[in-house]
Amino acid sequence: MTTAPFPTTLAPVKRVSLLRRFMRKPLGVTALVLFLIVVALAVFAPLFAKFDPNHVDFNLVHAVPGTDGHLLGGDTAGRDLYSRLLYGARTTLWGALITCVAGLVLGVPAGVSAGYFAGGTVDKVCSWISDALQSVPALIVLLVVAAGTGQSFPIMMISLGVFLAPGYYRISRARAMSVRREPYIDAARVSGMTNGRIIRTHMLRAVYAPLVVQSALTAGIAIGMQAGLQFLGIGSASTPSWGQMMNDGFINITAFPIILLWPSIILGVTIATLAFMGSTLGDLISVRAEQPTRKLRAKARQVMLTPPAAADLPTRQTSGMHAHSVEGCALRVDNLRIGYATKDGGVKEVVRGVSLDAAPGEVLGIVGESGSGKTQTSFAVLDLLPAGGTAVADGIWIAGKEVGHLPTAERAALLGREIGYVPQEPMTNLDPCYTIERQLVEPLHRVHGMSKADAAKRAREMLVRVGITDPDRVLRSYPHQISGGMAQRVLIAGAVSGRPSLLIADEPTTALDVTVQAEVLELLRELQQEYGMALMIVTHNFGVVADICDRVVVMKDGRIVETGAVERIFRNPEDPYTAELISASLDDVEGRHELDEAWSAGPTGSAGPAGHSTAHAGGEDGAR
Amino acid sequence: MLSFIGKRLLSGIFLLLVVTSGTFFLAHVAIGDPTQGLLGNSATPAQSAALRTKIGYDDPLLVQFWNWLSHAVTGDFGKSWRSFQPVNDQLGRSIPITLSIVVFSLIISVVFGAVIGIVCGLRPGGWLDRVLKVASVVLFALPGFWISIQLVMLFAVNLKWFPSVGYVSPSVSFVGWIETITLPSISLALGAIVMIAEQLRNGFIEVANQDFVRTLRARGLPRRRVTTHVLRNASPAALTVLALMFVGLLGGAVIVELVFNMYGIGRYTQQSSQIGDIPSLLGVTAVTVAFVVVVNFLLDLVLGWVNPKVRER
Amino acid sequence: MSETGIDGGAPLLTVENLVVDYRISRKVRFRALKGVSITVGAGECVGLVGESGSGKSTLGRALLGLAEASEGRITFDGRDITHAKGAARRKLANDIQVVFQDPYGSLDPTMTVEEILAEPLQVTGTPKAKAKATVAEMLDRVRLPGDAVHRYPSEFSGGQRQRIAIARALVRRPRLIVCDEPVSALDLTTQATILDLFIDLQRETGVAYLFISHDLGVVRRVCHRTSVMYQGEIVESGDTHTVTGSPTDPYTRRLLLAAPVADPARQAERRAAWLGLRESA
Repeated sequence: MTTAPFPTTLAPVKRVSLLRRFMRKPLGVTALVLFLIVVALAVFAPLFAKFDPNHVDFNLVHAVPGTDGHLLGGDTAGRDLYSRLLYGARTTLWGALITCVAGLVLGVPAGVSAGYFAGGTVDKVCSWISDALQSVPALIVLLVVAAGTGQSFPIMMISLGVFLAPGYYRISRARAMSVRREPYIDAARVSGMTNGRIIRTHMLRAVYAPLVVQSALTAGIAIGMQAGLQFLGIGSASTPSWGQMMNDGFINITAFPIILLWPSIILGVTIATLAFMGSTLGDLISVRAEQPTRKLRAKARQVMLTPPAAADLPTRQTSGMHAHSVEGCALRVDNLRIGYATKDGGVKEVVRGVSLDAAPGEVLGIVGESGSGKTQTSFAVLDLLPAGGTAVADGIWIAGKEVGHLPTAERAALLGREIGYVPQEPMTNLDPCYTIERQLVEPLHRVHGMSKADAAKRAREMLVRVGITDPDRVLRSYPHQISGGMAQRVLIAGAVSGRPSLLIADEPTTALDVTVQAEVLELLRELQQEYGMALMIVTHNFGVVADICDRVVVMKDGRIVETGAVERIFRNPEDPYTAELISASLDDVEGRHELDEAWSAGPTGSAGPAGHSTAHAGGEDGAR
Repeated sequence: MLSFIGKRLLSGIFLLLVVTSGTFFLAHVAIGDPTQGLLGNSATPAQSAALRTKIGYDDPLLVQFWNWLSHAVTGDFGKSWRSFQPVNDQLGRSIPITLSIVVFSLIISVVFGAVIGIVCGLRPGGWLDRVLKVASVVLFALPGFWISIQLVMLFAVNLKWFPSVGYVSPSVSFVGWIETITLPSISLALGAIVMIAEQLRNGFIEVANQDFVRTLRARGLPRRRVTTHVLRNASPAALTVLALMFVGLLGGAVIVELVFNMYGIGRYTQQSSQIGDIPSLLGVTAVTVAFVVVVNFLLDLVLGWVNPKVRER
Repeated sequence: MSETGIDGGAPLLTVENLVVDYRISRKVRFRALKGVSITVGAGECVGLVGESGSGKSTLGRALLGLAEASEGRITFDGRDITHAKGAARRKLANDIQVVFQDPYGSLDPTMTVEEILAEPLQVTGTPKAKAKATVAEMLDRVRLPGDAVHRYPSEFSGGQRQRIAIARALVRRPRLIVCDEPVSALDLTTQATILDLFIDLQRETGVAYLFISHDLGVVRRVCHRTSVMYQGEIVESGDTHTVTGSPTDPYTRRLLLAAPVADPARQAERRAAWLGLRESA
């Protein structure tokens, strides 16, 4: 038997290291440089500072900057401020290092183990301790510690680390917990790895980046708290420190404010550099996609509205066709294009010129594989594209009326009245914080102006109509208390309760079990016929198309490859891609039995059973 | 719901017990013989011995602990080892001061934090959002006392808008009270404001991108109603931050009070720490942690009300 | 076909009256498997079909030691592995491997393909050079180009990632692979090629599959024998051709009729039959 041919090499990919991406952020680089300067000052303090930080010179008391080569002048006791600042940097950074290491050592192993064995005893005990530590005002306990420990600096900083350990703990626990649920951890266990080894490799790899960010933030906080303690008079008098210097300056704030200025600046700058380094790194590793700015979106829209160059015309012309007159349409879309603004100011077009229509009472299927733009098309009709998306069309007609050029508010007014929407994933499409009743009643009350009592009655009727046998219990329930099939019925009830003329269903059965899927399809068909709605159903499943659709639009890479009546499409697909999609369904292919018989009869390779697999050769392409 | 309340309450009491007993033993181990700190270096051995007997320091540690605990549960934290005045009296004088600052800054930060957070959540990428992003990075990291010193420098010393030091009880002069606590509260609140705002903004954007929001909009719900749904879903994360913040504000208040020369629990703890006055230290710890426990408990109730899933746990 | 393997010997894997309970809370337990028996012969592909909550994945997890059996026996190659733990379980990694559904979550995103594929070998202390050669061989077997080794999972399409996951399952040259919905997250066209790859690999290496799926069509394509599960029990088993062609159990019939076929005329007939079945139920 043959297997589809594959490319012998993969398309090249562009990889940019985290460091290089960091270096492209001006704020991060500035912060890094400033921080490195502070580090250098601390490390080479004996080189940079000419004077002994503890040497008392009575001529230097409250001396102005520049006196006798004392760059920043002298403090209240007559010591060189510049030297003290530099040696203070040593204290500060050394203390921050101790605190961070203590926090890491305590927080990370506990957090990773707790997350890996989430719900177990380790997790419960460690989480309780972490919560407890976070409920105690650290400074007060640190003062208790300071009372007895002879004010030993390392012990104080380690104690501070104990109180900052929950930060590390929480972050590593949360990461470990989410990674623990990933199948690759199960796969690692199945391949014979011990728990210890999994934690050391997969788990630590997963928490590594967030920990770097957390360390920058923790160091900043540690430096602040350390200075606060020193400000309170904790710490040896012979060790110069920024907090002590601030205290000295603060006492003389009215007479000699300049003494306060220097430690304030260097403390503020050091903390700020750590914070900015942390936040820049955090942005880089964050999975949360920041939305493109308004400027980029406006630019994207401008690009989409510019007429295409002649050379681009073949790929920019509209695809698909109309089967009905404009007046007789429940839905008509003319040359729809959808683009997303990219970070570099460009546009990524996901739908590139699409025209389609549906008459009242007609079921139109939009079918395609992932990335074909079928769902985006339905969002564009609803005018509910995700943030950053822009739709441009020559025209969009709903119930015979052009709405594509209406202002947003008027488009929104169609929703719930003219257009109903049934989503794909039932469980995530109900608000988890409200009861089903509240969610069904609210639109009827707010949008359709029914009284609350009438709306409640109507909601109950609708639930009965969609086949829910115990409507009162369901009305009282929260979404997490009902099954997926039930939730999808609730969503359908909500979608049709406003008696729309057009119902848009986006993969309405994909997330459901097969037996439930059949029920939901049957329900959609019944409601569509009962209300005479046009139904636009988006799906990847040709079985669903065959079951419910009158006409089909086949999409690929943002364009329509074929439009036609459902019988014609199945019987005689005009486009090879349509044919390929239909043949990919496993309904009529040989079963394992026939395959094995053919194979043992003559494993000639080229005569693969019915040539089936070679037909799929184009199904998989290079790297994404 | 009732069992949920009971569980939270019990866990709070347990926490209080663990923290206070932990502090008790920590203090005893760390301080050792307290008489030197209490009497100073010039004390004779006889004086020290007399003081040890008087404060019951010669009893076994567990006996001392039991004596303290059995009184503490009735609300009596014993007498200071230094002044032999009841700890409760001193707490009664210092707590209102600290609490004034903490509560006032909490109010400021919740109000401003919520407004800024929602505005930024509704318009991510807008000018306020960009300001918030930078401000949150800096203000979250800078310690309250550092900010308060700069504020004193600016408003009290240079502009002379506020008194730089001291505390006026509201029973003496309400205006004076407000005047004296405003600067310290603001210096504490700045960090808290950006923290709440940032949390609320991120939560808001995250929820706004969830599927059910699109479905709500597809039902034709007006924007304002949809925002209500989003806000309710985004609030638990922000509320959780609030609990952490209360602890942070209490800790920050300890130093900020000193900057403003107020005799709150910060100064009290600092002085008790310097001389090793264990009953006072224990009293302060117990009361502050009790406040935290109460706040956490109230917050749990609010969370249970907002999020139906929490109630079932 | 008999209950034994293709070669007629004793089955490679025997599961007898397996019961698995999940703890929901301290008191409440949920019985996911209610006494299930199944066999898989060497080089055979046995399908396990059911809807969500039927317990099909739980059975797979129990075989892999990822779920704890409360009652019953699992025998692999004559050894009782029901409660194999620690070193004994890790040793089984030589013989039993897995391919999961999610092509995105089943590969560590921070590792290169080479690291992912070499990991199961390193566990056994295979020398580096030998591991490298094996990795190259396996990539070739799953029809991925050799220069894939230095790539990260995110740089592959869903189907390609699933190939990598299959290669990882193969590197230890196991005798049984548990395939838990390995194609259900893929596009239709990709799904067909991956199924054919599974068949080819079975012929080349003689590995046996326990093939878990919700889709009768998928099972029909790759499995010799099939069992249908419903609410923690096996309601029907037998030759795949029979089970997916003319089922006797009412649930299996409902399941078969509920799946729509890509042919409008035949689907109309099916729907009518399904409606009839629903009315009578």
